[in-house]
Amino acid sequence: MSLFIQSLINGLNQGAIYALIALGYTMVYGIIRMINFAHGDFIMVGAYTLFYTVPLMIHQGMPPWIAVFIAIVVCTVVGVLVERIAYRPVRAAGSMSALITALAMSLFLENLAMVVFGANPKSVTGIFNLPYLTIFGAKLQEKYLLTIGIGVLMMVGLQLFVKKTKLGKAMRAVPQDKEASVLMGVNVNKIISITFAIGSALAAVAALMYCSTYPRCTTDMGSMMGLKAFIAAVLGGIGSIPGAMVGGIIVGLVEIFVKVYVAPGWYEAITYSLLIFVLLIKPSGILGKSVGEKV
Amino acid sequence: MSKKKKISYLINMAGILFVFLVLTAVFQSGVLGNRTEYIKGICTTACYTIIMVASLNLLVGFMGEFSLGHAGFMSVGAYASAIVTNVLYQYVIPDGALFIIALLVGGITAAIAGVLVGIPALRLRGDYLAIVTVAFAEIIRVAFCNFKITGSGRTMSGIAKLSTFNWCFWAMVICLTFMFMYTRSRFGRTVTAIREDYIAASASGINVTFYKVLNFAISAFFAGVGGAMYAHYMTAMIPTNFNFNYSAEMLTEVIIGGTGSLTGSIIGAAFLSSLPELMRQFANYRMLAYSVVLVLVMIFKPGGIFGKWEFSLTRLLSRIKKFFKTPPKKQKEEGGSIDGETNYSGTENA
Repeated sequence: MSLFIQSLINGLNQGAIYALIALGYTMVYGIIRMINFAHGDFIMVGAYTLFYTVPLMIHQGMPPWIAVFIAIVVCTVVGVLVERIAYRPVRAAGSMSALITALAMSLFLENLAMVVFGANPKSVTGIFNLPYLTIFGAKLQEKYLLTIGIGVLMMVGLQLFVKKTKLGKAMRAVPQDKEASVLMGVNVNKIISITFAIGSALAAVAALMYCSTYPRCTTDMGSMMGLKAFIAAVLGGIGSIPGAMVGGIIVGLVEIFVKVYVAPGWYEAITYSLLIFVLLIKPSGILGKSVGEKV
Repeated sequence: MSKKKKISYLINMAGILFVFLVLTAVFQSGVLGNRTEYIKGICTTACYTIIMVASLNLLVGFMGEFSLGHAGFMSVGAYASAIVTNVLYQYVIPDGALFIIALLVGGITAAIAGVLVGIPALRLRGDYLAIVTVAFAEIIRVAFCNFKITGSGRTMSGIAKLSTFNWCFWAMVICLTFMFMYTRSRFGRTVTAIREDYIAASASGINVTFYKVLNFAISAFFAGVGGAMYAHYMTAMIPTNFNFNYSAEMLTEVIIGGTGSLTGSIIGAAFLSSLPELMRQFANYRMLAYSVVLVLVMIFKPGGIFGKWEFSLTRLLSRIKKFFKTPPKKQKEEGGSIDGETNYSGTENA
């Protein structure tokens, strides 16, 4: 029982991280129909920022998690720059060019980090110093609960932002009909930049949560995490914010439970099989709307 | 077969033979001194990279669909062939025959994997297909990390070193010949038609799924052959070699060379696989440079450096002939009207 609860909380924690990353994918895909492969690497950027700023914060006598705000700024700048420099020029060229450019930017960020920070993994420690909690004999880390809480809060906030504000309305209008939204006075380029900014900021928060769970950052941490988060986004229905959350939680839970109860060596294969299965049964994902194709 | 076609085949054969003889002469004469073996190794690497990249181009260029999991098929070919040669090595079989068996085993198992992956995956298109191919490649990798016969996640070593330069060169020539002929055959042209407009193609009575799976299997076959050559050149390998980054690297080489141009793939692969070897001290910057070039290519020349252009030795010769026959002034006007022979040639390699 205690193992079950512990796995459940671990899974939810993992799932919350995936869900936050998946949000970035889902928002960008929702607005310009492009898989932003570099999104995973924004997390890596965030994690390295934390590696350098957390000791600084501790040195200044401030709580270490304040560093996340610096990470948010850095990630946002990187995200918007990537969009401006690489994605915008190829946006009109079709989905194939966009996909390749995204892949190239991912490789670029990864290898740039390799050159700048070196290949050795860095460890980020002491972001949250919280005690353990015991429920039903299960020893739980309070920071896991905190992570889950932050995740849910972000999700709800984002959903409200997209549904209730004017900016959110514009973000929903652009993918529906680009020309019409231009006529309605929406600055499409600005909206896309804002989408990237929000997605990258979420990546920075995800980096904080990831580093508090696994205090290790490597230059290739982004690509594998990103891939799984993307799977979560597709699983939940790409383009849908609640979908990203559902998908993230499912992937996180499946991963942890397979690791603990079924076969530790095979957990990645199970996650990927799940994706293939869902795509073949319902390509639009669990909460996604299926869009018919125009001939 | 028309006479013109026969002549062009002969010319191309001569061209390939010429390149081979030049390379052999360079290696035999000892001009390179003690670096001969090293350069030979780079050329062998280039040979199997060319096969892999060209096979991926069959998907990306000729079918217009992405595979981000091509390394998966390579690993299937590599491991299958390595297992078979390990079993067969105790019997007395000449190296050449064993090499051919290894390549065929690698290719055929990869093609079977290609069919198994292709039937479900090719129902999807575009981004989704790309992601599903990644998923399949990762599943293959995880499986190889867990199977005992593939080394349970540890390095599988002691594979017979069968991939010598001479064998690899000719294997590459044969593979490329097949690929060139395939892209120009009825099948290849059907696949191109599907790329251009799959709805129109299916309305014209083409069984879209069948041809897609066929093309996928053929692409996987050659990837498997490339993987088999890799295994018997490296003699040791680990499943994590064939990860997402390797697939991405292959795709980068296809795109930079030119989607839909096998010439582009050949030059791209040969150049990009030998360049880092020649400049070891910049190894860290290799992928960085690739990615910058890739972004620039996408912005300024989305079709890749060679686009859909194919090198043709016959066309080149006829142009040279024309150049000497006609005064240079007229040459400019006639340049565009020369009808290039459809032919294949593997004459441009490292």
